[in-house]
Amino acid sequence: MRTHTIQALVENKFGVLARVASLFSARGYNIQSLAVGETLDPTVSCMTMVAQAEDEQILEQIKKQLNKLIDVITVVDLTKKEHADRELLLLKYEVPPQKKEAFMEMKDRFSARLVSEREASYILELAADSQGVKEFIEASKEFKVTELVRTGKIAIGK
Amino acid sequence: MNGAKILIKSLLKESVEVIFGYPGGSVLPLFDALYDAPLKFILVRHEQAAAHAADGYARSTGKVGVCLATSGPGATNLTTGIATAYMDSIPIVAITGQVKTTLIGNDAFQEADMVGISRSITKYNYLVKDVQRLAPTIKEAFYIASTGRPGPVLIDVPVDVQMKEAEFVYPDTVELRTYKPTYAGHPGQIKRAAKLIASSKAPVIFAGGGVILSGAHQELRTLAEKIEAPVTCTLMGLGGFPGTHRLFLGMPGMHGTIAANMAITNADLIVAVGCRFDDRVTGKISEFAPKARVVHIDIDPTSISKNIKVDIPIVGDAKTVLRELIPEVKKLEDRTDWLQQVEQNKKKHPLAYKKSSEGKIKPQQVIEELWEQTRGEAMVTTEVGQNQMWAAQYYKYDYPRRFISSGGLGTMGYGFPAAIGAKIGNPDKIVVDIAGDGSIQMNIQELATVAAYNIGVKVFILNNTYLGMVRQWQELFYQKRYSGTPLKNPDFIKVAEGYGVKGLRATKENQIVKTVKEALEYDGPVFVDFCVEEEENVFPMVPAGEAINRMIGGMA
Repeated sequence: MRTHTIQALVENKFGVLARVASLFSARGYNIQSLAVGETLDPTVSCMTMVAQAEDEQILEQIKKQLNKLIDVITVVDLTKKEHADRELLLLKYEVPPQKKEAFMEMKDRFSARLVSEREASYILELAADSQGVKEFIEASKEFKVTELVRTGKIAIGK
Repeated sequence: MNGAKILIKSLLKESVEVIFGYPGGSVLPLFDALYDAPLKFILVRHEQAAAHAADGYARSTGKVGVCLATSGPGATNLTTGIATAYMDSIPIVAITGQVKTTLIGNDAFQEADMVGISRSITKYNYLVKDVQRLAPTIKEAFYIASTGRPGPVLIDVPVDVQMKEAEFVYPDTVELRTYKPTYAGHPGQIKRAAKLIASSKAPVIFAGGGVILSGAHQELRTLAEKIEAPVTCTLMGLGGFPGTHRLFLGMPGMHGTIAANMAITNADLIVAVGCRFDDRVTGKISEFAPKARVVHIDIDPTSISKNIKVDIPIVGDAKTVLRELIPEVKKLEDRTDWLQQVEQNKKKHPLAYKKSSEGKIKPQQVIEELWEQTRGEAMVTTEVGQNQMWAAQYYKYDYPRRFISSGGLGTMGYGFPAAIGAKIGNPDKIVVDIAGDGSIQMNIQELATVAAYNIGVKVFILNNTYLGMVRQWQELFYQKRYSGTPLKNPDFIKVAEGYGVKGLRATKENQIVKTVKEALEYDGPVFVDFCVEEEENVFPMVPAGEAINRMIGGMA
């Protein structure tokens, strides 16, 4: 199993997301994460998809099929290229006063940002690569995490 | 002018001559515009038939076929026809009415999300929400349907868009930044392919539907004769190379000829042109062409190295690439031994069946007689199953666009409406639907259409009172437990006559010649009930999942 980060530039219009997503679903592939946003050119969107492939040949097919879609402009498999990637994470904690110091220490260690603080409820924000995100979630388990939301991965070639 | 008129005028700009369709509430403005438009409209009796007729028209003429249906059930009835066209890369444009834009998504009366439903069975689809976009969308739709690897395009047009006023401006060109099909082959790859071809001692040309779609039959013949390579044509490729040519091997695969399958198995080189190596053709993948290197020419990169590993891929249009390839091939290896071996297999294992000792009609005889009497000049459509395989095996197709059959999807009920489309597109040709008694009943209502417009298609029903192909599998692999396959049929002559169509019947071998003659000579549509041997099988046959050189039956 290998995780692939595939990036596609697509026409920014309705239905495109469904076309792209159905290429994966029609072959029984789950998209682990997906991030879509407008580029500098407002008629073009950038989609970053993360998927795990058991069979490299099927993934090759999916990439070819993506390229074949009429709304897709370019497809790049970033897995094979040097790239930087980030995910954005928001976590809500309940931290009793006696644990606050340790909590703040963890926040600083990961360079997370305090977004809000309301009585014993805290929200932290972290932007990091996959490894950083994983470590941060692991460290957060020291505290009571009441909610976690994360964006899909976005990536950029070097 | 309103959207409906813009739509019709756009179709005229695309040189559309005929629309196959069925009216309904959401296409009333369109039908109003059609009323006095200089366009032929053929009213079918079920929307599925409209899509198949548009498809048959497209396959037989090379033009884009057009079908039209209302929203909801009208549109969903088109889907089998659209999927059929999609699987065989046939250019059709399907226009569907849609509920008012303000009602979309409200579960309105006769609403179906056609863009969603048709997404995976169209090359592209549109929902036109702005009347200004209507003309450019139609231009794009025809362009997308007919270029690159062709395919169906659906345009969903809400009824209020059909009524909105706008100025008619038809674009001259289409510019899509994301869609630029590759036609010319890579020169380096072509040189490499030419070298491999020249050094091959046992080459086979493997031609698919792409040869027909790109009109590459002449180039294919030139290549085959220049390099002295035997040619096998897939079901979709039949007619891409003359069926009576000395180098023709017949069809490969599950019901292919022994000569074709043996040639593939023993070849040291496969030159594949416009095909996609479907599982019915390859059999067990690991034993397909085990000794061969593979050159694969196809306009669709996703067809290459999908099922079998390709050594030299050439992405491009079959005709363009073959034209580039032919002059590059020089200094050939000696192929006398190979051609002798191939010829021996052809002589030793021709397609064969036993005549009935009781004077019953063998279905193969009907097709052979049809070939004789039409001198190989007819357009043959088929349904799906045994009728389709016998029509593929026993009629020899010397020209492209003469064999019209649902290859990929395998749609029963395809042949009759497809024959209507083919006859409309080719009024001077003899058009015969080779049908089964099961398949014909899937779109038998089209008898009304052929009667109403006097469309002179000939339907030859090979009536064996079974769903024959499934019965054959049950006989061979399920201990003759004929579950769900025996048919209690209507009297086909009475059915035909009820619609005002001539009906004929033959029950004995000695009636075949006369009945075929009478059907062909009759001026108008004819339904012919050939009561054939009930348990005749299609041979040779490769059991599903077996290697293609392990064929059973047909060794006469």
